[in-house]
Amino acid sequence: VKITPDEVRETAELARLALTDEEVERLGRELDSILVFMAKLASVDVEDVPPMTHAVSLDCPLRDDAVGAQLPVDEALADAPAREGDFFQVPRIIAHDKEA
Amino acid sequence: LRFEPVIGLECHVQLQTRSKAFSSANASFGGSPNHYTDPYTLALPGTLPVLNRVAVEYALKMALATDCQIRRVSRFARKHYFYPDLPKGFQISQYDEPLAEKGRIRFVLDGETRSVSLIRIHMEEDAGKNIHVSGAPYSLVDLNRAGVALIEVVSAPEIHSAKEASEYLKAIRQLVRYLGICDGNMEEGSLRCDANVSIRPEGSTQLGTRTELKNINSFKHVQQAIEYEVSRQTQSIESGGRVIQETRLWDAERGTSHPMRSKEQAHDYRYFPEPDLPPLSVGDDWIETIKAALPELPIDRRARFIADYELSEYDAGVLSAEKEIADYYDAVVAAGADPKKAANWVTSEYLAQESPKISAVNLAKLIAMIESGAISGKIAKEVFANVFATDESPEEYVKRAGLAQISDENAIATICKEVIALNPKQVEQYRKGNTKLIGFFVGQVMKRTSGKANPEATNRLLEKLLHE
Repeated sequence: VKITPDEVRETAELARLALTDEEVERLGRELDSILVFMAKLASVDVEDVPPMTHAVSLDCPLRDDAVGAQLPVDEALADAPAREGDFFQVPRIIAHDKEA
Repeated sequence: LRFEPVIGLECHVQLQTRSKAFSSANASFGGSPNHYTDPYTLALPGTLPVLNRVAVEYALKMALATDCQIRRVSRFARKHYFYPDLPKGFQISQYDEPLAEKGRIRFVLDGETRSVSLIRIHMEEDAGKNIHVSGAPYSLVDLNRAGVALIEVVSAPEIHSAKEASEYLKAIRQLVRYLGICDGNMEEGSLRCDANVSIRPEGSTQLGTRTELKNINSFKHVQQAIEYEVSRQTQSIESGGRVIQETRLWDAERGTSHPMRSKEQAHDYRYFPEPDLPPLSVGDDWIETIKAALPELPIDRRARFIADYELSEYDAGVLSAEKEIADYYDAVVAAGADPKKAANWVTSEYLAQESPKISAVNLAKLIAMIESGAISGKIAKEVFANVFATDESPEEYVKRAGLAQISDENAIATICKEVIALNPKQVEQYRKGNTKLIGFFVGQVMKRTSGKANPEATNRLLEKLLHE
């Protein structure tokens, strides 16, 4: 396995991380060693081992559909760098990257 | 060369639970901005998701109503993208192990029953709402909707016209309303739809390059947006070009769409299993309980109305469209009314009123009074107009208003004779062969009796007397 600098940059871009060239080089090396480790795991014969679906074997706990306490709006907005009325104010969104 | 459209729809159905999917924040629509949040909604550090049982139940209802296979163990996954309306930086969704797969949506298209396969139904959470302030260097965010429970219903690419897409969507809306899991309000966004559209030469089985249409929030727009897209792609290919895989945003005001972004990059969501939620187990008991409580589905009800009550396709469609109306109609029939007459009354009189109060039993009584000859059909409409808002018993109203039909033939004959004596000219014309004038004589009798004379007896007696 060999991770290319471009793959590191693309992954960083997706995670909105700005990397210097030195970081790209170092992280590429570190990611490589992780992938080598994963490849080692993949080579283990698990033919007769039942799949482990989760680290702790438990069912998803469910809660009743009841409305609990709401945050007062001023508390909800307390850490916002900017607000307008009761809205969070954020840098202008260019409508090109929106998901449903 | 003719082209065939190939369409798949992805519908987001907002589940009408009281609280959000993974926290107990209020899930209602329309609160003041950012009044329905809690630390989890805001993704504050240390908060963890706890799944809403009713959200799972609603998702199961839809899955069972569409004949899906239910995964006994399904899994949640994180879908990553950065957007200000998504505080966590990811959306909890389901990816490779969704709750339900391989169902179908049945509906009627041009009188024929169609069945469109579903690829999957999975659970996820909604994002917040962005408000773009025109001209301003900033946008505004309201997180009330962030975290509200959704299901996504994904169809196979088996839809072949804009109209079919619109009927499919109507069927989904009807179904979720029948099931009581979503109000289906497309304007408020509780039902949203994206369409994947491609075209291919007729007869081909290969799929063409598709575009994804977003922002289509009414049945009309679904139809228009798809029609527009099909003709855009057709023109592009016919003029020697090709279709580019892209997401396009429908502009309802202009009736056109424009590309949103290049897809390859944006669709790298880096899904991975949600570490904060163990796999969701759904036992047979739970499935059986929900299945047993499912209402009769609209398409089945429509078919029953046609088969058992011999209603027209049209009437059966109108009467089965909404559960409340179908229940009402069934109750009128159960109260003894003739199914076809009941259908006429419900579709033409009852549904014409804003908020009719008349009970099914009283409407059945009214219909019975026409049958028995106690009142004429014309008087019955007058009675209806006076009792639909109050649910006063039609029998009492007829008594109170003195509207009982005159069925005493001697009394009717007397009036007929008077009318004949007063109109010698018309009598002469009638006897010369202008038999259409019978309507005139009937009208005169009705005028004298305020419409209370039994119309059948009036007709019969007039004809007899005029031929004497």
